[in-house]
Amino acid sequence: MIYREAGQFKTTYPADQAIFPIAQDRWFVAALVVVAAVVVPLTANQYWLGPIFTQFLVFSLAALGLNLLTGYAGQLSLGTGGFMAVGAYACYNFALRIPELPLFVDFILGGGCAACVGILFGLPSLRIKGFYLAVATLAAQFFILWIFDHVGWFVNYDPTGMASAPPRTMLGAWATENGPLAFLAPVNFMVSGPNATPVVKYLVTLVIVALLALLAKNMVRSTTGRTWMAIRDMDIAAEIIGISPLKTKLMVFAVSSFYCGMAGALYVFVYLGNADTEAFDLARSFQILFIVIIGGLGSILGSFLGAAFIVLLPVLLNITASTFGSGTLSSDTLSNLELIIFGGVIIFFLIIEPHGLARLWQIGKEKLRLWPFPH
Amino acid sequence: MLFFIEVLVSGLLSGVMYSLVALGFVLIFKASGVLNFAQGAMVLFAALTFVLLQELGGSFWTWTGWLSLVFAAVAGVLYLLQRHTVVFKSPVVTGRLAALIPVAVLLVLGLFYDGGQNMWRAVFVTLLIFLALVVGARAPKAAAAVLLGVALACLFAGEINFWRSMALTLVVMIVLAIAIEGIVLRPLVNQEPIILFMATIGLSFMLEGIAQGVWDANVHALNIGIEDVPFKVAGLFISRFDIFAALSAGLLVAGIGVFFSKTRVGRALRAVADDHQAALSVGIPLQHIWAIVWATAGIVALFSGVLWGSKMGVQFSLVLLTFKALPVLILGGFTSVPGAILGGLIVGATEKVFEVFVGLPYLGGGTESWSPYMLAVIFLLFRPQGLFGEKIIERV
Repeated sequence: MIYREAGQFKTTYPADQAIFPIAQDRWFVAALVVVAAVVVPLTANQYWLGPIFTQFLVFSLAALGLNLLTGYAGQLSLGTGGFMAVGAYACYNFALRIPELPLFVDFILGGGCAACVGILFGLPSLRIKGFYLAVATLAAQFFILWIFDHVGWFVNYDPTGMASAPPRTMLGAWATENGPLAFLAPVNFMVSGPNATPVVKYLVTLVIVALLALLAKNMVRSTTGRTWMAIRDMDIAAEIIGISPLKTKLMVFAVSSFYCGMAGALYVFVYLGNADTEAFDLARSFQILFIVIIGGLGSILGSFLGAAFIVLLPVLLNITASTFGSGTLSSDTLSNLELIIFGGVIIFFLIIEPHGLARLWQIGKEKLRLWPFPH
Repeated sequence: MLFFIEVLVSGLLSGVMYSLVALGFVLIFKASGVLNFAQGAMVLFAALTFVLLQELGGSFWTWTGWLSLVFAAVAGVLYLLQRHTVVFKSPVVTGRLAALIPVAVLLVLGLFYDGGQNMWRAVFVTLLIFLALVVGARAPKAAAAVLLGVALACLFAGEINFWRSMALTLVVMIVLAIAIEGIVLRPLVNQEPIILFMATIGLSFMLEGIAQGVWDANVHALNIGIEDVPFKVAGLFISRFDIFAALSAGLLVAGIGVFFSKTRVGRALRAVADDHQAALSVGIPLQHIWAIVWATAGIVALFSGVLWGSKMGVQFSLVLLTFKALPVLILGGFTSVPGAILGGLIVGATEKVFEVFVGLPYLGGGTESWSPYMLAVIFLLFRPQGLFGEKIIERV
């Protein structure tokens, strides 16, 4: 009734190939953009902006990277945390050692470093598959974190071993009075460091994540994405029809690690402020994998839905626990209960919908299209 | 040179214990194609249950003993009913009956048990025995026999806490295996391997939570009567405990090998491992086989839990044994029991030798976290299916 595409005729190919071919979808997305970019920064308090929205966006970005690798190209990886760490530490070192660079260049360079490391650890994927590959990517996870823990240069010989994000602006010296982008100077706010406001941090993350998500969406519906999916579905067959596994697999590892590296850099600069390798341990890798699976393998939207689920579930559990259980339950019992419920919810979700929240969303849209008729 | 051999030997001995953990993975992967990430959590669960049951007082044991006896009697009655009446042949009916009768017993005993602090543990054990019976409604004879054994162990083993804890923990692991099969795996049959893998990660969260919630999160010392003193063989100092652990691990592996190759159930297991559909079509019940395999993995987890627990204390870090077992697995091949053993030896030896001779002097130590993985990755580049894995033949 409401969600009906009848009568929406496309007269050109570009119109037919649009990301959102249905008018209702376009309105919905436009509304979403307005809410995310205007309503949220105006209304949300510090707690909701920082730990909820910003963290959600950062995790969505990392999940997007892993989803390209696992969901679209079929290469299971448990090294996400390691690649995020490479991005974060590379970005930190660029920002610290070359202060003239604008922060967004640091971010891109950090992502680029992560991509290089990703290619290196993607090499085994040419020979090994499935769970063997998954365990092999654990090598990346453990080795990378060990390097950052043991080589003091990476954290500028900080005695605590923490990498503290130096205060930087997004455009750096480019947008000062004598720079080439001087007209942007009034909006060149602090993004990292103690003086940055949560609203600025949130908006910067939002813009970066939105741009990268758009890029990912366009990648997966072009030749690039189709070669990835061909490799996922059967790599021998893909090779026979002329897709080079070497090029494709290494490319997807590079792109995926770039996304993860960007997410890691954002995580330290925009969300945490300062971090050691514990922020990128194996639990983080699994968390990102959970997001991808619960959101839906091979779905851009799924990465966002899954991230929302994973970020909000502990918050909900906490609120519920403090409402009903405060005083009667010790904190030990609560954290154990949280583990049990978290594990249980994951199993429950996998049982009722193994294809993730994205599939539920799809089913919902189908239902809306037919409503009020059942078939 | 002597020092090198000493390091090598101690590495090999701890490698045997890695392969013990890896064995649990291999068993489940062979039979169901699931990479069971929860094996580490199962080790923790088993070890915690074991060590804390051992610390419990006499009244708990008497109580568990009588309770098991009552339930064994119920199971016996069920068995007789099933044999002699038509109605009770239906597992649904007997299942309901098995559920109904003990509820009264459960309520009375669970609520009026005066253990004070042990109340929750008592309820936990009651629930387990009860579950064992419900599960056993399909095979009441076996349930009756097992419960009778537990009752005898609890009532008459006196102060020999080791064996009765062992008996009860075995029951716990078997019931856990059957519950996992029924609740987690059966609804996920035919799903992709990665979904099943994720489900076992969820499971490992749950097990960690339950183990620490029902028991506690402190470090518990576990003494199995072998003191860790080095003794001298041909000029080498070798830990007595490591020798004992390696020997008992070897025995367990040999036992499992015999079980797999000589018994009827073992043959069925191998058939399922080869081809699920072919096994189903010759009438092997897949679900029973899975329950048996998970129970075997649970027993292996108990053994590794007891051995590792007495080496480094029963604590949360037992879960991390998973990450010691994974490189062993890909080295040896996910489907091979001998591969797990050999892989364990290689990993144990390499990580020790590398740490002592390269890591500590030149790299600042801590290389044990990644050196086995690097070794495994480099090895896999040359042999993608591991040492003994089946040759991968792919067709389009």
